[in-house]
Amino acid sequence: MTRRTLAVVSAGLSQPSSTRLLADQLAAATRDELVRRGSEVELRVVDLREYAHDVVNNMLTGFAPAALRDVIDTVTGADGIIAVTPIFSASYNGLFKSFFDVLDSESLVDRPVLIGATGGTARHSLALEHAVRPMFAYLRSVVVPTAVFAAPEDWSGGTADGALRGRIRRAAGELADQVERRLPAAGPADPFALTTDFLQMLGRGDDDAAVTPPGRTGAPPAPDSARAGSPPG
Amino acid sequence: MQFGVFTVGDVTVDPTTGREPTEHERIKAMVAIALKAEEVGLDVFATGEHHNPPFVPSSPTTMLGHIAARTERLLLSTATTLITTNDPVKIAEDYAMLQHLADGRVDLMMGRGNTGPVYPWFGKDIRAGIPLAIENYDLLRRLWREDVVDWKGRHRTPLQSFTSTPRPLDGVPPFVWHGSIRSPEIAEQAAYYGDGFFANHIFWPKEHTQRMIALYRERYAHYGHGSADQAIVGLGGQVFMRRNSQDAIREFRPYFDNAPVYGHGPSLEEFSRETPLTVGSPQQVIDRTLGFREYVGDYQRQLFLMDHAGLPLKTVLEQLDLLGEEVVPVLRKEFAALRPAHVPEAPTHASLVAAAGGAKDSTVHAVDDVTGKAPEGATR
Repeated sequence: MTRRTLAVVSAGLSQPSSTRLLADQLAAATRDELVRRGSEVELRVVDLREYAHDVVNNMLTGFAPAALRDVIDTVTGADGIIAVTPIFSASYNGLFKSFFDVLDSESLVDRPVLIGATGGTARHSLALEHAVRPMFAYLRSVVVPTAVFAAPEDWSGGTADGALRGRIRRAAGELADQVERRLPAAGPADPFALTTDFLQMLGRGDDDAAVTPPGRTGAPPAPDSARAGSPPG
Repeated sequence: MQFGVFTVGDVTVDPTTGREPTEHERIKAMVAIALKAEEVGLDVFATGEHHNPPFVPSSPTTMLGHIAARTERLLLSTATTLITTNDPVKIAEDYAMLQHLADGRVDLMMGRGNTGPVYPWFGKDIRAGIPLAIENYDLLRRLWREDVVDWKGRHRTPLQSFTSTPRPLDGVPPFVWHGSIRSPEIAEQAAYYGDGFFANHIFWPKEHTQRMIALYRERYAHYGHGSADQAIVGLGGQVFMRRNSQDAIREFRPYFDNAPVYGHGPSLEEFSRETPLTVGSPQQVIDRTLGFREYVGDYQRQLFLMDHAGLPLKTVLEQLDLLGEEVVPVLRKEFAALRPAHVPEAPTHASLVAAAGGAKDSTVHAVDDVTGKAPEGATR
């Protein structure tokens, strides 16, 4: 059974939060769909409110405090992301944007993402399309076609089981499709991994025979034990 | 093991008085700090290099040359020399000159500089930072090691039959460290040449330092310079001390809260937990510093940042007294007791000359254009 993780990022500020409620419903629907298709799913829910100070500190100092580091690793290492924000002043709120701003810009490339938003009126709904979707396009994530917006009327008795539920189910199916198309995520990328060797950086990658590091002869490196005690070159 | 101080050379308002020193005062303060470092028995003084306000040290070799003339024993270094925006030819000349004037008490640390606007002022692009560092440093090495250089690269005009003068003192170039916070390419560069690697360490979680040093050590061994634990490692540290740790915290807090780099962000307590910053008693500084060894291994150089964020000179000099009299003597003893015999000390001019088989004058004498002959007795 394939094991999948879904990171559920909610930028809701009030508690309880309708943004979190929408995030939970999107998460449950996606999980159910993946489980139905035979995957084992782990949901990792992130309420950004709990890390608001850490996010700002990260912007000011350039590094993530330990608790935020774990959250970043959770999000960048997930198979799929459900990202939900309240709409403030015609766009995502600052907390939502700030969190994605402190991620490495390459860390969500090709990652399936389902976007959702809540707002005080349905007239905010296209903010998902003109603000949230372009941000993930910049990050080169794969945003599923259905973005889910929930206005106050969507939560009221008459519609809660109707249109919103249908959109959630459709979006969850699309995210499950994208997750299933990919191999399970290998976890967050290692920012300290060396991806090139020195001769390539020096532009001499082709004539490997001619170049040996200074401070030693052309002989291939001996085992460490043979060189113990030799001075640094 | 070497101990010393490194300074950024920032001109910053003292938040407790609202007073901002002049550039002149700051420059003189940096010199006073260097002289104090020698007086209290530290080994190294390293100055930053910057080309924009609020920083004063745009001309490190001028300052270090002056300090060289006023000290006897202090090793003069940089933190860092901008290998990206400086012409490597000028670095080769300037630091060879300094090496002669200081009788070999010189090494330097290469860094890229992280201030975007500075690059275009020197005709460079910050996005090419790593390629610039790689190409320029490779040329710098050749300029110090080959009397006549023919060279062509991507980032500077070609050289034909160029001799960088003066030639390095005793035929031995200064030892070089490479500084980087989180670019594995620079750890690789240091490892390739068998040079030192310096982790800034301060302002960042220790995990960054740990990963970079581990990579550098592994690649140092890979390139055949010695075993991983013989690689030459330096670390930064940031401390503020008073005999009573609560006094240290109370006095340092306004400087911390308003510091240019991290001010108005995390609390002093959070930053002390997340980074190597230690504000407390001399004993706390000793304990924390000894702890660095547990995640980087035995290392060769420890530099402390003592003078930023608007701390007045008087306070900095008091800090240096505590560092030199109470902290470093204990650290020297403890680190030495822990270090295995096969782990070397940081190279110095004397040790490099010895390794090269002794001092030799490497003066390149001019050749007469008409007769093609060198002056009587000159050697090439």
